[in-house]
Amino acid sequence: MKLPGVSEFSWRDVAVEARLLLIGIPVFLWTMIPIYHMFLFAISPKEDAFSGKLWPDHPTLHNFEIVFKQQHYFLRDFYIQFWNSTVIAVSVGVLTLFIATAAAFAISRLKVPGGRTVLNLALFTYFIPAAFLAVPMYRTMGNYGLLNNHWSLILAMVTIASPYAIWVLKQASDKLPVELDEAAVMDGATTLQIFRLVYLPLMMPSLVAIGTYAVLLAWNEYLYAFLLLSNDREITLPVALGNFLAADDSPWELLMTTGFIYALPPAAVYYAFRRYMVGGLTAGAVKS
Amino acid sequence: MAITLSGDQSMPAPPLSSRLTPAQVWGIVLLAPYLLVFLAFVVYPVCYGLWLARAPSNYVALFHDPIFARAAVNTLIFLVIGINIKMLIALFLSGFFAQQRTWIKWLSVIFILPWAVPSIPTILSVRFMFNPEWGVVNHLIFSLTGDDGPNWLNDPAVALSMAIGVHIWKSLPFWTLILITGRLAIAHDLFEAAEVDGASWWQKFRYITWPSMQTLYITCTLLSMIWTLGDFNSVYLLTGGGPADLTHVLATLGIRYLRLDQLSLAMASIVCAMPFVLPLVYFMMKRLSR
Repeated sequence: MKLPGVSEFSWRDVAVEARLLLIGIPVFLWTMIPIYHMFLFAISPKEDAFSGKLWPDHPTLHNFEIVFKQQHYFLRDFYIQFWNSTVIAVSVGVLTLFIATAAAFAISRLKVPGGRTVLNLALFTYFIPAAFLAVPMYRTMGNYGLLNNHWSLILAMVTIASPYAIWVLKQASDKLPVELDEAAVMDGATTLQIFRLVYLPLMMPSLVAIGTYAVLLAWNEYLYAFLLLSNDREITLPVALGNFLAADDSPWELLMTTGFIYALPPAAVYYAFRRYMVGGLTAGAVKS
Repeated sequence: MAITLSGDQSMPAPPLSSRLTPAQVWGIVLLAPYLLVFLAFVVYPVCYGLWLARAPSNYVALFHDPIFARAAVNTLIFLVIGINIKMLIALFLSGFFAQQRTWIKWLSVIFILPWAVPSIPTILSVRFMFNPEWGVVNHLIFSLTGDDGPNWLNDPAVALSMAIGVHIWKSLPFWTLILITGRLAIAHDLFEAAEVDGASWWQKFRYITWPSMQTLYITCTLLSMIWTLGDFNSVYLLTGGGPADLTHVLATLGIRYLRLDQLSLAMASIVCAMPFVLPLVYFMMKRLSR
């Protein structure tokens, strides 16, 4: 038995710790190497980046300066592309929240006839592989005359984000006690008042999780953005990054710098809302 | 006046609005936005796509395209080998991350990064690391052995393995997270009792952990299969389907046909995957909507 205040040295503990480190160190390297490599390029002058060094001789922020001052042919539209990404991501977040909250409220609280069917339809969409839906979706957007218009990407991402959002919000709604709605009806509240004054405040944590999920999904999306938008001033940052590759001598250090800047907001948003996201999203992904 | 078609039904049906409570009317109104999105961007595209792919000649052309056969095989390798490796590692790591240690808690915060950051810069970063002339990997090989390293992405088998590696890098954190949740749900006293009886770690895993996690593990594997079928980035951003179109999977092949303006072939290649996808989808829907 261990006495308080007396630390006991035991070879067994050391062996356990060593075994854990034997797993932990490779896991750390595996996770960080591609990200570190991207960061390394961002702070390296061109010569160092291509020399295979693990740390540049003269680390510099010059690449960031080039990006922020748009001093390269590929970066002419950096700010407008960053802005496009932001507007699209925020629009997808707002629209998804609106559509999914309304649907979850209707299905779970109002027990609308056919609600179960709609939920199953939504689940079905959730399970269509994204790249498979992209093919007919591209042509559909053309038929609607939306190609090269931000609305095509916004609507496509809302279509992809909504099913999961409805599913998660419906699960969360079901956990709210029915008595709350009944009490509000007794007090003479209309359906919309219940929605606004009772339902929304109680659902706040799930709404934060779903809003963040939709924003990140749209911000990080590459395939749909690359199919649906093509004009240099309409495209989002990931598409611009993909276009770097078209050149024979791509400025990789600038590509990685821009990529690093592009990856920062989602990482920051993720860590800011981590507590909401992990609980809300993993619970919805697989009912355990 | 209500018009009745059959003589014996003399009373007109009450109008719809009186059969529905106000709450239900609101329910329909609130459900309408999603239904509109679903009709416009799922039902219509899918039906239109199927209609485009309806001619049997598409399938004949597809089966004569050697790239299609290769893509189908690659997809199968991705699903059968890639996903099982990924899920087994996730199962193993979920045990590692469930350990109570401060440094492991910090590592788990870092471990989530690949999932949280966008694919394109990180996958391109990997792509450059394996560049035969300038990549850091071949620089290291040269400085250690004095020989030039291999041209990693030029051999289809190696390039496909690396695409699977990239896929695992990206999605491992998510599945590990889910399996940790499953592990933490197991009652702790079971392990304590096993400890008292002197069970080995394998016995604890075999008789306590695995039976309680089996269903979750299988569901995760199936869900991961569906999502992996839709994973375009891992292959496209790393190899672009090359060399010589030998590393395509069905997800990138469909987009390739689309870019070549062969929409009916693109749809046909997706329709060919449906016999594998639909049973998975059906199973998942049954399991989730229980």
